[in-house]
Amino acid sequence: MTEALHWLGYAFVAAGILFFLAGSLGLLRFPDVFTRLHALTKADNLGLGLICLGLALQASGPAEAVKYLLIWLLMLVASGIGATLIASTALACGLAPRQADRPPSTSTSQRPTEQ
Amino acid sequence: MTTFLYAAGAILLLANAGVGAWRILRGPTSADRMLAAEMITTSAIAVLLLLSIVSGQSALVDVALLFALLAAVAMANFVTRTWTLLRDDKDAREEARHD
Amino acid sequence: MSVLAWGFDMLLAAGLLWLAWQALFTQRRFSAVVNFMAFYLLMALVWVRLDAPDIALAEAAIGAGVTGALLLTALGRLPAGTSVGADPRRWQRPLQHLAMAGAGMGVIWLAWSAYHLPRPGLAGEVTATLDATGVSHAVTAVLLNLRAFDTLLEIVIMLAAVVLVWSLGPPLGPPLRAFAPATALPGLPALSHLLHPFFVLVPVYLLWRGTHAPGGAFPAGAVMGAGGVLLLLTEARPWEYLRHHRLLLHVLLAAGMALFLVVALGGMLLTGTFFAFPLFLAPTLIMAVEIATALSIALMLMAFYLYGEPGQ
Repeated sequence: MTEALHWLGYAFVAAGILFFLAGSLGLLRFPDVFTRLHALTKADNLGLGLICLGLALQASGPAEAVKYLLIWLLMLVASGIGATLIASTALACGLAPRQADRPPSTSTSQRPTEQ
Repeated sequence: MTTFLYAAGAILLLANAGVGAWRILRGPTSADRMLAAEMITTSAIAVLLLLSIVSGQSALVDVALLFALLAAVAMANFVTRTWTLLRDDKDAREEARHD
Repeated sequence: MSVLAWGFDMLLAAGLLWLAWQALFTQRRFSAVVNFMAFYLLMALVWVRLDAPDIALAEAAIGAGVTGALLLTALGRLPAGTSVGADPRRWQRPLQHLAMAGAGMGVIWLAWSAYHLPRPGLAGEVTATLDATGVSHAVTAVLLNLRAFDTLLEIVIMLAAVVLVWSLGPPLGPPLRAFAPATALPGLPALSHLLHPFFVLVPVYLLWRGTHAPGGAFPAGAVMGAGGVLLLLTEARPWEYLRHHRLLLHVLLAAGMALFLVVALGGMLLTGTFFAFPLFLAPTLIMAVEIATALSIALMLMAFYLYGEPGQ
């Protein structure tokens, strides 16, 4: 049973590191601050959550496991609320979210709303 | 094997945090820089958790706990500073955005 | 394994130097502050690698929480406009090179002499006297018993800094009142409401840990101070609150130093030596001093953040 839990823990930690890598790919490639916010608050926190979960599965006692999960919870609160704070601050500074370039077909599909 | 795997993971995460440092350098807006600092915080927490297993020091989990708790303070400071700049001075918008 | 440790250390050192470089030579002030905050994060990792979890805790609490807040508010009080440093004049160039060469030589000399320090230092002697100190964690024993005088002086210096900041009078620029519209940023009050239990709980936990493991008054006080800063940022109440409780504020600010002095003088009466307290009293006294010191440190950090005597 503990053996299986350990292996499950390894899998979770590995998946968490993968999510971290995906998050920094987003930080590198995404075009503006609003999209980067998504990359960070979602991917990186999921990564941290998976690592915490994996380590909690391997923890020696429940107190230790609870501490891992508490760290994840605190980080979720900080970055979940922080994302809305940063986004509204960026909007207040006059940064507009980047819109996709509309091909002509979409502009024709919008015509009914203009009438 | 656990120590080997987790040490390798810690190195990978630390190298990954380099992306955050690059984003702080590049910007272009101050919100981006703050975001990158938060990303480095998250990575540092993960690195600390893995290192605590590798080195067997449970005190490192407490350090990670402090990072997680204090990430919010930095964020709140950044946001209030920017809004204070925006309120005080109409010309400060450019500075609030980029400085 | 040692290859991995070596790789980790090299990566850490490279990242540290890179962030330090960026923090010093960036053209934008805010960018420099963010770089500095990231630098502190890596610095905590460095202390971890150096097997000093106590310093890592203090570094995390002070660097990630309070220093960033202090620097950001200091930034808010500077006049607007970008701060591009002037190019050095031609006659300054040789001086610049001289200073860089001098600093480089100094660093090399420091590294050399640090390399030749006796190892493992005083750890053996501290462990030998640990039983006579009343606590089971070596760092707490050194800070609050063996070298308590140093810690007392540190508290006195912080108190003197608070007095100095307050004596500068009312701040010159715009009134230092953080502004965050609750309608545009509903998340900010929510953040402080959600996190406040933890800002009380974690310092208590750190104080309790300090008797037998890394923890203690300094990180606890710094975390509490950071929580206070968050309170100041998100709610306007504490300012009024402080005005009505100025006496309490003053007493609490001096509490750490006062209790420290009382304990030291009491030790002199009981045993004849300054700062020597009897063993059966030591755990209680150390705990009391730690609690008072943590409260004082938290309020001092908040006082630094306010840049002036509240209510004036």
